Amino acid sequence: MADITSADVLVIGGGPGGYVAAIRAAQLGFNTVCVEMDRTLGGTCVNVGCIPSKTLLESSHHFDFMARDAGKHGIGLADLTIDVATMHKRKDDVVGQNTKGIEFLFRKNKITWAKGRGTLQPGNVVEVRGAPPENTITSYQAKHVIIATGSVPVALPFLPFDEQRIVSNVGALTIPEVPRHLIVIGGGVIGLELGSVWRRLGARVTVIELLPAILLGMDDEIVKEADRAFRKQGLDIRTGTRVTGGGREGDAVLVTVEKDGKSERIDGDYVLVSVGRRPSTTGIDAATLGLETSRRGEIVVDDQQRTNLPNVYAIGDCTPGPMLAHKAEEEGVVAAEVIAGKQVHMHHRTVPGVVYTWPEIAVVGMSERQAKEAGLDYKVGKFPFSANGRARTAGESTGFVKFVSDARTDEILGCHMIGPSVSELIPEVVLAMEYRGSSEDIGITVHAHPTLSETTKEAALAVLGRAIHF
Amino acid sequence: MRGRADAKGAGAAAAESLRSGHYMTAIKVPPLGESIVEATVSRWLKNEGEAVAAGDTLVELETDKITVEVPALAAGVLTKRAVNEGDVVTVDQQLGELQEGAAGAAPSVDASPAAASAPAPAAAAASRDGGDPASVPSTAPSSNAAKISPAAQRVAAEQNVDLADVTGTGRGGVVSKPDVIEHAARGAAPVASAAPVAHAPSVSTPTTPSSPASSARPATPATIGERETREKMTTRRKRIAENLLLSHHSTAHLTTFNEIDMSAVSALRERMKEKIEKEHGVKLSFMPFFVKATSMALKTYPVVNSQIDGDAIVYKHYVNMGIAVASEAGLVVPSVKDADRKGMLEVSRDIASVAKKARDGKLSMEDLTGGTFTITNGGVFGSLVSTPIINFPQVAILGLHKTQDRPVAVNGQVVIRPMMYVALSYDHRVIDGQQAVLFLVRVKELMEDPAAMLVD
Repeated sequence: MADITSADVLVIGGGPGGYVAAIRAAQLGFNTVCVEMDRTLGGTCVNVGCIPSKTLLESSHHFDFMARDAGKHGIGLADLTIDVATMHKRKDDVVGQNTKGIEFLFRKNKITWAKGRGTLQPGNVVEVRGAPPENTITSYQAKHVIIATGSVPVALPFLPFDEQRIVSNVGALTIPEVPRHLIVIGGGVIGLELGSVWRRLGARVTVIELLPAILLGMDDEIVKEADRAFRKQGLDIRTGTRVTGGGREGDAVLVTVEKDGKSERIDGDYVLVSVGRRPSTTGIDAATLGLETSRRGEIVVDDQQRTNLPNVYAIGDCTPGPMLAHKAEEEGVVAAEVIAGKQVHMHHRTVPGVVYTWPEIAVVGMSERQAKEAGLDYKVGKFPFSANGRARTAGESTGFVKFVSDARTDEILGCHMIGPSVSELIPEVVLAMEYRGSSEDIGITVHAHPTLSETTKEAALAVLGRAIHF
Repeated sequence: MRGRADAKGAGAAAAESLRSGHYMTAIKVPPLGESIVEATVSRWLKNEGEAVAAGDTLVELETDKITVEVPALAAGVLTKRAVNEGDVVTVDQQLGELQEGAAGAAPSVDASPAAASAPAPAAAAASRDGGDPASVPSTAPSSNAAKISPAAQRVAAEQNVDLADVTGTGRGGVVSKPDVIEHAARGAAPVASAAPVAHAPSVSTPTTPSSPASSARPATPATIGERETREKMTTRRKRIAENLLLSHHSTAHLTTFNEIDMSAVSALRERMKEKIEKEHGVKLSFMPFFVKATSMALKTYPVVNSQIDGDAIVYKHYVNMGIAVASEAGLVVPSVKDADRKGMLEVSRDIASVAKKARDGKLSMEDLTGGTFTITNGGVFGSLVSTPIINFPQVAILGLHKTQDRPVAVNGQVVIRPMMYVALSYDHRVIDGQQAVLFLVRVKELMEDPAAMLVD
């Protein structure tokens, strides 16, 4: 057995939660080690998630604009083409910039990247096994361990991922051609985003959703507006539809579905299975360690990210809560600061969620349905982008901003946006909610004209029954 | 991806303080009782940066009458002391800041590097460790004025809510619109859960055992069938209890009694009161007579107007006459300064003035401090006789009681006279029994023959 190297803080996993936790721990003066088995840092988010998918969304959005809207601006192009290989190259470059950026931050903060697969053993010993052929083993004795092992996509038994034709979020990002017919199983965020990419580039896309509506958990009005917009873009959305079987036949895939007792066979050339993700606890033998996990396999933590084991913390997708990079990052910072003795706590109420389709969707807090089910006395204020000057100049009149506020105190309980670039509009509301703000606070704040953000202000005023432009 | 811009300098330290949902709460001087507006910071019990549990005493304030413990209303870390020991503070003034956090768990971390980078608490103003700590403005507001949301300000102005009374629950203790609305709703509601606190006798004094404040304390209404209710003593009540015990334990407490025939002084008062009220606007009561008589008796027996300081006896060559006054909040003891050098009318005016101030809750620290002797009148509530407790560190207290027509023997005849029992409780350590008795007899003589006060 090799020598044991000691560390103040050892983070297992170099994704958005893990690498941020490592940087914060290093900033706080700890001798920090981050274990990552992939060839690059950044985890799912940077390598096969947020960043590459947004890159492709950007590319396909430009293509879509040229194909559908440029003419309205008087812009003509005789022969519009898409070179998928170039698009992927650009995406890889963007991802590379990000992973290199993290490596730079690690060097700058003197964080050791232990390359290999980490295994947590009792007593906070972490064994890191390097990749073949060397298979080097390094052991670390850590004072504090942060588990940030992330999540993995859930597969369907009859459609195991080959990442060629039966793809997860990973393979969907590298499809080398515009599919003839992409079948998307699961009408959630990943399915709709990646489905949008290939739809815009000309693929026929069928989205199969088991539940009666797409975007589970979102505000009903948002879902309705999104469903309408996506269908208009040509996504063939089949809700209330069960996938009963499927498989690959050469370069073709087939999926059998059932709706209202009627079976149907859908043929395609690619199938994206995006039915959800589950916590990954690679290298963490919860039973042996005595680590408490939930029935869904999440590592149970308190609001300071502590597990039931002394000096062992967990953050991100392997813990309960929405699987979001920014949630993981925030938890990573909390864990590092708690280790440093700071009295900080993670609060999930004000974690926003975004869907990067077009129109974009951005939400924070309670949906109207949640407010109703909680028995709260609430008011709703809504304002459409069709009444916003800036949105009209951009030709983007789909969508709206909707506030759900306490009827008595006017406190903002939730905000739901669908429309152009709303991912950049939501932080204002998140900030207001951090300060327990009311819709009036946003309503009486000056917003520059003409901007999309005026829609937020007007929707807030609408709660008070005094929107100006509607 | 969000590469966090590095900022390891002061900016980072300043920004480390607050995270999601961690609120800065202002620690303020609590209401000290309706009549007291000032206190002196006597002792900090917690250091900056120290973790505290909810209910822990953070700082002790001293008023003339009581020591007030200011507790942490929530668990967290004391991030700032805004005042120093010895400072004079007023009600509602900010004493410091508490960053609400976990259940007061002191950070028990062996990681030494943390200490090196612990944030300077003074710099830990309300700012957030966002993506770029360096960009956090250095002008994080610390005054309450800057911590009110615009809508909260509007609602407060419209509904006449004093923002100083509102506890902010937004990040960094920001007072939000919901805070103001909830505060206003609480105020409008009939006495609810806050009742026991609101009704607690705010500032009682250790001087008056017969004071209604101690007996008028409303018990929590017992539900039918419940034979006892148990209620936690308020800090103030605890302090009153301690002070009373202190007086009892620190002095050699003894009481001497006498009775006064009030005929002469009553007749004098009857004769004068209309004229005096008309000419001077002063309602003449018996109290100024007692104040004058007592002041004169104190000149004759100066030890009764003394205090013990270590092994020295400090004689006061002036009389600041403490008068126990009933106010809504309880009994308070403002003093009439230099009562021995003032005429009857001036004393009358002074008594009326402090009594009014006590009722209006306008007493100043000066009114409440510096007394050298105290008169308490249990008679106004009907007490016939009682033994007052010395207003420590004074050494004696005169208790007046109800004037009652009683048969007494005068010159061998049974006659009906308006009689009052008086009691002098005194500290036997400095006052001999003889002097105490003679002092009280002197007061009696002067009251029974008010003309003697002219020729004394």
